[in-house]
Amino acid sequence: MRVCVVGCGAVGSLFAANLALLDDVEVWAYDLAPDHVEAINRDGLRLSGAGEVHARLRATADAAELPPCDFGIVATKSMHTEAAIAATAHAFTGGCVATVQNGIGNEETIARHVERVIRGTTFPAGKILAPGHVQWDVKGDTTIGPFEPKPAPFEEVERLAEACTRGGMPTHAVADARPPQWLKVIFNASTNPIGALTGLTHGRVCDQPELRRTVSRLVDEGKAVAAAQGIELESDPEDLIDHAARPDVAYGHKASMLQDVEARRRTEVDYLNGGIARFGAEHGVATPLNEAIHALVKGVEASWDQ
Amino acid sequence: MTERVCVVGAGSIGSLLAAHLSRVADVSVLVRREEHAQALNEQGLRVSGRAEFTAEVRAAVDPDELPEPQLAILACKGPEVAAVADRISGRWSGATVMTVQNGLGAEATVAERGAWPILAALTFMSGTRHSDTHVEYVLDTATWIGPGRGTTAADARAVAELILAGGLKAEAYEDIAPVRWSKLIFNATVNGVAALTGLRHDFHFAAEERPSDLGHLVRGLIDEGKAVAAAAGLVLHEDPWQMNVLATQRGHAHYPSMLEDVDARRPTELETINGALVREAERLGVSVPLQRAIYRLVKAKEASYL
Repeated sequence: MRVCVVGCGAVGSLFAANLALLDDVEVWAYDLAPDHVEAINRDGLRLSGAGEVHARLRATADAAELPPCDFGIVATKSMHTEAAIAATAHAFTGGCVATVQNGIGNEETIARHVERVIRGTTFPAGKILAPGHVQWDVKGDTTIGPFEPKPAPFEEVERLAEACTRGGMPTHAVADARPPQWLKVIFNASTNPIGALTGLTHGRVCDQPELRRTVSRLVDEGKAVAAAQGIELESDPEDLIDHAARPDVAYGHKASMLQDVEARRRTEVDYLNGGIARFGAEHGVATPLNEAIHALVKGVEASWDQ
Repeated sequence: MTERVCVVGAGSIGSLLAAHLSRVADVSVLVRREEHAQALNEQGLRVSGRAEFTAEVRAAVDPDELPEPQLAILACKGPEVAAVADRISGRWSGATVMTVQNGLGAEATVAERGAWPILAALTFMSGTRHSDTHVEYVLDTATWIGPGRGTTAADARAVAELILAGGLKAEAYEDIAPVRWSKLIFNATVNGVAALTGLRHDFHFAAEERPSDLGHLVRGLIDEGKAVAAAAGLVLHEDPWQMNVLATQRGHAHYPSMLEDVDARRPTELETINGALVREAERLGVSVPLQRAIYRLVKAKEASYL
């Protein structure tokens, strides 16, 4: 099979490099960073940290070079989904496209350009160390399932999951992939922007009882929006939040959104709190606090141009 | 006729009041740092901007080195009122004490520390302090004065006239509570949002076109504040939303003091402004989830650097 990873940043690289180890999978990477693309084509793609991988694959910044693919795995930041899938859709006319991105709303964007879409949520994480070289920080599972309005056939979802798992990225094919996605988005939307607005690490956010209650109010709104869609979460986001606050887990972790804000990079808040607010409005659930947080983080972004 | 005035605290507001009043009264300045007092005694106090002159003032760090005033103006920030009132406690029994702090609580704090008659003022003028001996007069909006414990509207008028004679704008009111509350709601909202986003007060605060525009949040915060004022039985002097809209149309993006404090990693006036509003809401049984979130977030932001 032929797979194209669309957006070969840290998470995209984890999928691309691991899949490229398999003899029966041909991997392409589409990415707009010329030095990264050049390094991958010249020296291969290296992962180090949680796993050591050195894989050969084809990378390109020119979507016209992409051959027809059986699968796409979209791993861009959410604000780049539209441009990335618009450019690469021609390679997936006979294939299926999965998203492993943060937030909600990416499936809808992808479905405007391709016919068979796979909803996905992934927990592995890393960061780019240098062009062609990615630090693999955390291993973890991925869950994929057909995107209901424009579903990929379930056999295809299983075929992709099997290949990813065999390549070293444990992936589950499920009929309804919404519960893990909403669990993750509620976790992220209730904690990341609080870190971004206050400058506090995850553990310090949880240390302050008053602030922790604001986190809980955000969680409550997210749970209500999930419930209104008939989504049954597999566990309570509150437990995940408390678990992550443990000193041996992620007490001192600066949320990616805080890192974005410190580097003055656009955040993914539109797809986290903005996504919860949008789905809430569609299902008649009030989300005043998520809306407030969304507006505040957009305000932070606007302040950089003032 | 008031002949001897002591201005306690020489930040931008204190410096503007001291310099202008020295044209019509014998003005002394009580400051915290010895070198500040020395500089004022040697160089005088220079005003630039809307007025250009240098005033002669008598400054000291020890109240006993200053002549007993008939009017003492506490021009420090809200959180410093208690410490400043402690310094003059037991002294100046013939003086009237005037507070000029935003938020709630300054009058009560002073009243607990002495039997002085009290005037309650609010100032809308603004200045930029360039050094210990130089203040720029920026916004020439008025200082509003009303009676407090043991004073009458006639006392407020007398001080307003003195300030007017000195070249600043001032107005006396029978009851300053409606003005105080308009300003409290305005400041809690605009300063809180500015401190969290880094935005100076500009059009973003009144924008309501897209769902994520900040104007929706600002309106929601102001509506909560109005509900608290209504529950307290107050009729507001001005609609804080109109104050917000007008201020964003002035063409100059004001740098709110709470943002200034956060940028300089100083303690903010959060407790006497947002904290006071939230506690008053609690006392009156009014639900203010958005104001509470802003209060907790700014508190946490302070905790990230204090």
